[in-house]
Amino acid sequence: MTDRRITRIAGRGLPLRGDNIDTDRILPARFLKAITFEGLETHLFEDERATPGHPFASAAYEGATVLVVNANFGCGSSREHAPQAIRRWGIRAVVGQSFSEIFFGNAVALGLPSATADPDAIARLMDAIERDPATPIVVNLEESTVEAAGFRAAVSLPPAAREAFLGGQWDATGLLLDRYEEVEAVGRRLPYVRGF
Amino acid sequence: MPSTLFAKVWDLHTVRRLPSGQTQIYVGLHLVHEVTSPQAFDMLRARGWTVRAVERTYATVDHIVPTADQRRPFADPQAESMMAALERNCRAHGIPLFSLGSGNQGIVHVIGPEQGLTQPGMTIACGDSHTSTHGAFGAMAFGIGTSQVRDVLASQTLALDPLKVRCIRVDGRPEAGVYAKDVILEIIRRLGVKGGAGFAYEYAGSAVDAMTQDERMTICNMSIEGGARVGYVNPDETTFAYLEGRPFAPEGEAFARAKTWWRSMASDAGAPYDDEVTLDAAAIKPTVTWGINPGQAVAVDQRIPSPDDVADGERAGVREALEFMGFRGGSPIAGTRIDVAFVGSCTNARLSDLREAARIVRGERVRPHVRALVVPGSESVRRAAEAEGLDRIFRDAGFDWRGAGCSMCLAMNPDRLEGREICASSSNRNFKGRQGSPAGRTLLMSPAMVAAAAIAGEVTDVRAVIRARGSLT
Repeated sequence: MTDRRITRIAGRGLPLRGDNIDTDRILPARFLKAITFEGLETHLFEDERATPGHPFASAAYEGATVLVVNANFGCGSSREHAPQAIRRWGIRAVVGQSFSEIFFGNAVALGLPSATADPDAIARLMDAIERDPATPIVVNLEESTVEAAGFRAAVSLPPAAREAFLGGQWDATGLLLDRYEEVEAVGRRLPYVRGF
Repeated sequence: MPSTLFAKVWDLHTVRRLPSGQTQIYVGLHLVHEVTSPQAFDMLRARGWTVRAVERTYATVDHIVPTADQRRPFADPQAESMMAALERNCRAHGIPLFSLGSGNQGIVHVIGPEQGLTQPGMTIACGDSHTSTHGAFGAMAFGIGTSQVRDVLASQTLALDPLKVRCIRVDGRPEAGVYAKDVILEIIRRLGVKGGAGFAYEYAGSAVDAMTQDERMTICNMSIEGGARVGYVNPDETTFAYLEGRPFAPEGEAFARAKTWWRSMASDAGAPYDDEVTLDAAAIKPTVTWGINPGQAVAVDQRIPSPDDVADGERAGVREALEFMGFRGGSPIAGTRIDVAFVGSCTNARLSDLREAARIVRGERVRPHVRALVVPGSESVRRAAEAEGLDRIFRDAGFDWRGAGCSMCLAMNPDRLEGREICASSSNRNFKGRQGSPAGRTLLMSPAMVAAAAIAGEVTDVRAVIRARGSLT
């Protein structure tokens, strides 16, 4: 059994400023026309990467593993293709002010922790990374902290998600299949399943 | 103890508390479409699992469907491969597929209710964020991603965290020319695009009670645009009357028994809410978005805001939106010239939506500079509209009359904006690039407002059109 525990992500950061960055921007719908997730990373932020200075197009942030964002990141469409593309690009953790629920859930299922931090900490992180893109960043899920350039701030995950990463159980299907007789029992008590 | 519909449905569908602390929830209806399912079926195969509850699973094709030429193979080879993958997967697992030309194909959130698959008290999941639509029937319905589609296929369950419930009461009567779309745009404008995070929205009040099921679906559909993954309306006589006689609804005695159970699932008087908000329907005006998220909206007689008009936290967002849209803060939204008019999408492509748009269009002509199209939500909507002659009204006015699908809401088919075109759209998202052109611009509004804009060639107040023409029939 592979060890799937995710406890600590260390690497360089990539700051992406702006609230309400939706999944259509992360991965435009025309790139959903495929029957696999392969190669999605090449279309990550396709329509805005051409904007001068876009962090995902900047050589300074190549190889970054920690994405830092503002509020309501990943709102809109439920396309898992968005976190898939982010992860396939190389990102291993996202730290932000807040995340849309569907994006957050999709990211958990991929083993991509999306932790929240307060606006102040996000601003300091972004500034630090922009000043020196080589700044080492550490997201520590065990201690619920993010560290960069000599400062340390609290990050937060919903307890169940944090537990799932630390215990290596973020891929929930195994758990869900565990006691199928209990699932069937619920089906039997539902009038619309049993028949009215 | 009185409780909410959300709490009742949650408790009834709870399988167990998972070791992680999440709750395992039984999914009563799983709707599948071509975009978010192929990888899920592949994962299932790779792990040697199968579809656990085929009888609770239904599929259709909507996102990639060409609406002009639907002959197979599709002209777009990628669309064809997605269609073929869905057909292959449905055949392999015995999942019923409402396919093109079956007479029942359509946008997944239009056909679920239309077929009577969507019923009160259910849990409904689908790999699409607008699954909240089905909440109009008093179901707990929510969008999921592909890995979760795999989970539902494999186990008929999901690992979820409970939501809080916010009751949004809309009381009073909206004036003529104000629709459910305006009500939900106003709710999102008021509560913000992330205001619903962590909440299920329960829509109530006399205005919601008076709404048809189609109107309730429009409201619930856009819950997710307000950040709420789930939105619902308590089931009532309107709901039951809608369901009676639908292909998958219970029949005869069973229908009577179902009604009793459905009624029992509604929120009780005195149920506890985590938050309550009240709106006056009479004060809501036709509403239009001017920016790049659905909360950036104004009444049609208002001006587009300037960065100076808003709180500090919103200033950067307003600036970014004005720049993308090419609008100046302080200009009126009315009079904004449009290039494209789109009536369609899971928000507003049901028969009643097409009727309202047709009332405005009848006897008029689309402005020559406007490209206008109507894309019915399903083959059944299209058939019913044609039986009433709505297709003629639209065609005579210069609209294209198309086959059913998601079409220009997200442009995964050939229908898309070009360059910086501005589209008056009855859809649900005005995100940058949403309608297929990276620089394309979307103004969200009701179908009647889209129709009025198509005729005027610019954003215009549909209330004035209605007043000028006396009564519309």
